[in-house]
Amino acid sequence: MTTLGATGVLREMWLLIAFPLFGAAVLLLGGRRTDKWGHLLGVLMPIASFVYAVIAFFTLLGETDRSRDLHMFTYIPVGGFQVNMGMLLDPLSISFTLLITGVGSLIHIYSIGYMSHDSDRRRFFGYLNLFVAAMLLLVLADNYLGLYIGWEGVGLASYLLIGFWQYKNSAAVAAKKAFIANRVGDAGLSIAIMLMFTAFGTVSFTGVFGAAKSGGSGVATALGLLLLLGACGKSAQVPLQSWLLDAMEGPTPVSALIHAATMVTAGVYLLVRSNPILALSPTARLGITVVGAVTLLFGALIGCAKDDIKKALAGSTMSQIGYMILAAGLGPAGYVFAIAHLIAHGFFKAGLFLGAGSVMHGMDDEVNMRRYGGLRKFLPITYVTFGLGYLAIIGVPPFSGFFTKDGIIEAAWDKGGTSGAILATCAILGAAITSFYMTRVMLMTWFGTKRWTGGTGGADKSAHPHESPSTMTVPMILLAIGSVFGGGFLIVNQRFEKFLGPVTGVPPTSHGFFSVPGIIALVLVVGGFGLAWFMYARVPVPSEAPAGSFPVVAARKDLYGDAINESVLMRPGQWLTRLSVYFDNQGIDGLVRSIAAMIGGSSGRLRKLQTGYVRSYALYMLFGGVAMVALLLAVRL
Amino acid sequence: MSPIHYVTLSVFLFVIGAVGVLIRRNAIIMFMCIELMLNACNLAFVAFASMHGNLNGQVIAFFVMVVAAAEVVVGLAILMAIFRARRSASVDDANLLKY
Repeated sequence: MTTLGATGVLREMWLLIAFPLFGAAVLLLGGRRTDKWGHLLGVLMPIASFVYAVIAFFTLLGETDRSRDLHMFTYIPVGGFQVNMGMLLDPLSISFTLLITGVGSLIHIYSIGYMSHDSDRRRFFGYLNLFVAAMLLLVLADNYLGLYIGWEGVGLASYLLIGFWQYKNSAAVAAKKAFIANRVGDAGLSIAIMLMFTAFGTVSFTGVFGAAKSGGSGVATALGLLLLLGACGKSAQVPLQSWLLDAMEGPTPVSALIHAATMVTAGVYLLVRSNPILALSPTARLGITVVGAVTLLFGALIGCAKDDIKKALAGSTMSQIGYMILAAGLGPAGYVFAIAHLIAHGFFKAGLFLGAGSVMHGMDDEVNMRRYGGLRKFLPITYVTFGLGYLAIIGVPPFSGFFTKDGIIEAAWDKGGTSGAILATCAILGAAITSFYMTRVMLMTWFGTKRWTGGTGGADKSAHPHESPSTMTVPMILLAIGSVFGGGFLIVNQRFEKFLGPVTGVPPTSHGFFSVPGIIALVLVVGGFGLAWFMYARVPVPSEAPAGSFPVVAARKDLYGDAINESVLMRPGQWLTRLSVYFDNQGIDGLVRSIAAMIGGSSGRLRKLQTGYVRSYALYMLFGGVAMVALLLAVRL
Repeated sequence: MSPIHYVTLSVFLFVIGAVGVLIRRNAIIMFMCIELMLNACNLAFVAFASMHGNLNGQVIAFFVMVVAAAEVVVGLAILMAIFRARRSASVDDANLLKY
């Protein structure tokens, strides 16, 4: 597809980033002066971006070539290094822009209510706006360097927001953990960009994709794997997954916006955007599918054992992004479904998180599901919206998740061969486990007997569950509507395929719904539901977690992700630093110090020659003179 | 008379001067000893000049005298300054410039 210069209303697409950036600047630089109206400005900015994005979307829809490039400025031109900073608006980036600004606006509105008791609400909105600006730069840049700036920007915003309650040690540690784990991935991405510049002499999307073929498959494979490393870090995929569960220490709107709907999906965007590179390297694509398949099971298993509602949802996020990464590795057959699932997931997972936040809001920040139970009477709106999100995520037709997840399962099935069979099996199993753990969350939170104390019971903890204010329920309702209809709207009639096709290519085979793998998946989903019902509805849920068998304990400990990191990376790293310190102190410093001591000592002794007595100097002169004469005579003879 | 007598006398005077510089503490005496060494050199110069029958040595002897006179002017001025400050002409008392 050809990219045209931006004209008309699209010439102002920089406004998309400028609005939230302006909001962030005012709120963060303005300080306490902006406390009174800060949240209103913070909400207004993403809404303004969303309005512009909608206008831009419909402008693009009316064109035949739906790709527009806006050159903005040349970034640090030095010799042969020249980066034309610009923005690229095409079907892929406008999809993300609508998701980010749309879901972002809803979550901003929700945050007004959720953070109303927090004295730092203005700072929170400043960070959120900063995040939106960085995320938009990430998806709108027309070159990898611009993408990287946005990539780092969302990492920073994520760090600031996870550690928003930095007086809590766990939050501060979680923020650092997220930042460091992300750095590993970022290193991969930055090396990929350097490699692009070395191999192709450019970092713009069009330049790199145009030259990719000439680089050979070796460069393409290296780039693909490095980009995968970057995606693993940002999207919490195995082996860089460990930070996402701890990231739930942040306020719930942050978990919804950054760690479910948008930022963690940046890895999927990166891979799908780089599809011309991936097209050249089957090895890289295989690596991507393996990472996706492993993570989707990994996250799902963790989700099964967590009692913390946000952590259960975080495991689920990891698992769902695993689906998207898996789809992105399948080539043109999967790209469309990866993005469709991403958008659908953005709606239902944000809705689920906001629902969880609403429950926490009403339950005095209790997150342990074993202390919930029977809440559906007390938070009816939250219950309904959460329930719709639940139906969407487990893939019950005709809700969103069914269409998009089914597309991924079918695409994996269509890949054929052993790898296709294994990937499809993983995806189907993942769907079954998703059904199990989400049903578990549903049953433990909304059904059964109440396990919380206080309120009507009036005990130590003053929990009196109550429905949230309308600033919180309205966004949940809108997201629930998206979760119900979003997937079907995108997939039915191949709407999204046709829209995204020019960027990613269209799936080679078009299949109907309810094909063999889809039906197997549905049967297993029902099985997972049944098992969860059997375990959590038929018998009362104990309010203290039972000891559990080995797999349960392992899943509670994030399948030993932290333990592995600690023993494989941290301890050897500490040994290495200790060894280096020892070598530095003893070896290098020792050498320098001994040379200095030698010079100091010998000069101290030599100094004694300067007695200050004229007679000794006269004697030296005499000796010197005699020696000189003797030397002359000796030479003469 | 052969130059050997002059040179011998010159050596004796030089050694007396050198030993005097080394073993005496009084700065005035040391100065006198230095003059003695210079004059021993002058004697040798003059003796060799007369032996070779040219004027080079004679001229150098005059230069040495001029230098010696200049040196005495500066040296005695320093000596006066030290004596005023320390009430002593002993060079061992002026030993502050050391390690």
